[in-house]
Amino acid sequence: MELVTPDFGLLFWQLLTFIAVFFVLSKFAWKPIMTGLKEREESIESALSEARKAKEEMSSLKADNEKLLLEARKEKDKMLQEAQHMANTLIQDAKDRTVKETNAMINSAREEIETSKEAALAELKNYLASTSLEIAEKVIRKNLSTDAAQQQLVKDLLTSPSSKN
Amino acid sequence: MKSNHFKTKFLQIFLFLTISLGFAAKASEEAHPEENKFDISTMIFHHIGDAHEWHFATIGHTHLSINLPVILWSADRGVEVFSFSKLKGHGDSHELPVFKGYQADHHGKIVSTEGRSFTNVSITKNVASLLLSVVLLLSVFLTIAGAYQKRKGVAPAGIQSFFEPIIVFIRDEIAIPNIGKKHEKFLPYLLTVFFFIWFNNMLGLMPGGANLTGNIAVTFSLALITLIITTISGNKDYWMHILWTPGIPLWLRPIMIPVELVGIISKPFSLMVRLFANITAGHVIILSLLGLTFIFKSAVVGVAATMFSTVMSLLELFVALLQAYVFTLLSAMYFGQAVAEHEHGDDHH
Repeated sequence: MELVTPDFGLLFWQLLTFIAVFFVLSKFAWKPIMTGLKEREESIESALSEARKAKEEMSSLKADNEKLLLEARKEKDKMLQEAQHMANTLIQDAKDRTVKETNAMINSAREEIETSKEAALAELKNYLASTSLEIAEKVIRKNLSTDAAQQQLVKDLLTSPSSKN
Repeated sequence: MKSNHFKTKFLQIFLFLTISLGFAAKASEEAHPEENKFDISTMIFHHIGDAHEWHFATIGHTHLSINLPVILWSADRGVEVFSFSKLKGHGDSHELPVFKGYQADHHGKIVSTEGRSFTNVSITKNVASLLLSVVLLLSVFLTIAGAYQKRKGVAPAGIQSFFEPIIVFIRDEIAIPNIGKKHEKFLPYLLTVFFFIWFNNMLGLMPGGANLTGNIAVTFSLALITLIITTISGNKDYWMHILWTPGIPLWLRPIMIPVELVGIISKPFSLMVRLFANITAGHVIILSLLGLTFIFKSAVVGVAATMFSTVMSLLELFVALLQAYVFTLLSAMYFGQAVAEHEHGDDHH
């Protein structure tokens, strides 16, 4: 039957043209089309992944910023606290020192007064002792035979203490 | 708005009716001009067959047709080229002229009056349609290729955006799933064969179009190329699977090996027959429906037949795409089997 018998002429032309078309299209159509498609797909892919990366970076940056902010706030609080603490200590110290110094000053003043008083007393004692001794000496030196004379002498000595010293 | 739409539809139907009626009328006249009897099988076979002239229409007694070049090769005379008009009868004489010892018989086939043997490689209607489709294919896809180079990395535009999804579909849905990572080697053939079949199916549906993809010589050569590519790209695993199918008991081997060897041929054979039968059947159905009008010689049947054949034509538009897809898909599957790397040691069916 003619319908299912391949005709040689058509077979020849079909094979010839199909193979020719196949090679021409492969080289000049499919190759650039496939390369173009692949390039575009790759560029879209890379653009998308870059965008994703940028988004991730942005979010991590934001998180970093927040962390930094939080840390800064903490640091500030800490610093404030420390400063407060230091100020308190300073004031306390100053107060303590003042009290101590005042006390010390008062004590030393008191001690000085005491020492001066003691020194004065000692001197007075010494003076009194030596004066008594001088008096006794003078009394002894003069032949005090009579009471009148002795009394006179004591009277004289007592009234003119400056004549000797 | 609604009535306008209806008017357009009506116009379309009217045009289709006119064209198809003209079509069938011409066929009836041409088949048997002397008797005025309508022979549907002659009309159909005339339409789905090949011819040395491209007939578009007959108005009254005027044939609108192009005489195609006849190319003959013979050992003694070499190549002879002349127009088919030299072999056509003129006027009312039914005697067909003899030219250089060649004559066209009543089926339009060229025979030698001297009993010489020769090879007919004429540009027939099918070959002319084939060349037309080649011009179309080249102009469309070279334009698209140019667009890819001109508009690098930019979204497709115009004709490029129409064909790009189809090209991507063939790559992503046909080539990659069936062939795997070696698909790039086979992609040019798959793309070429898909668009070749689709374009020619569509050209065959045009009024006056040739039934190229419904011709056994064409489907035979396409299937042959698929067979050749499958065979030369078959790897060790492919041949091992055919000659020593794993998991088959020894006593079955004398049966299995011939079966597998037949399978090599039967796969492309099915490709050949499927495309041929589907496209030819589509043409036969449309022509038969239109032929009913001339069998019954009734306008009512004419309207009904035209409606049916309109529906069939729409279906054929889908079949045109479907058969291109099926041929490409099955070719891809055969290539995939030829290049598949099997895991050694696992049991195959």
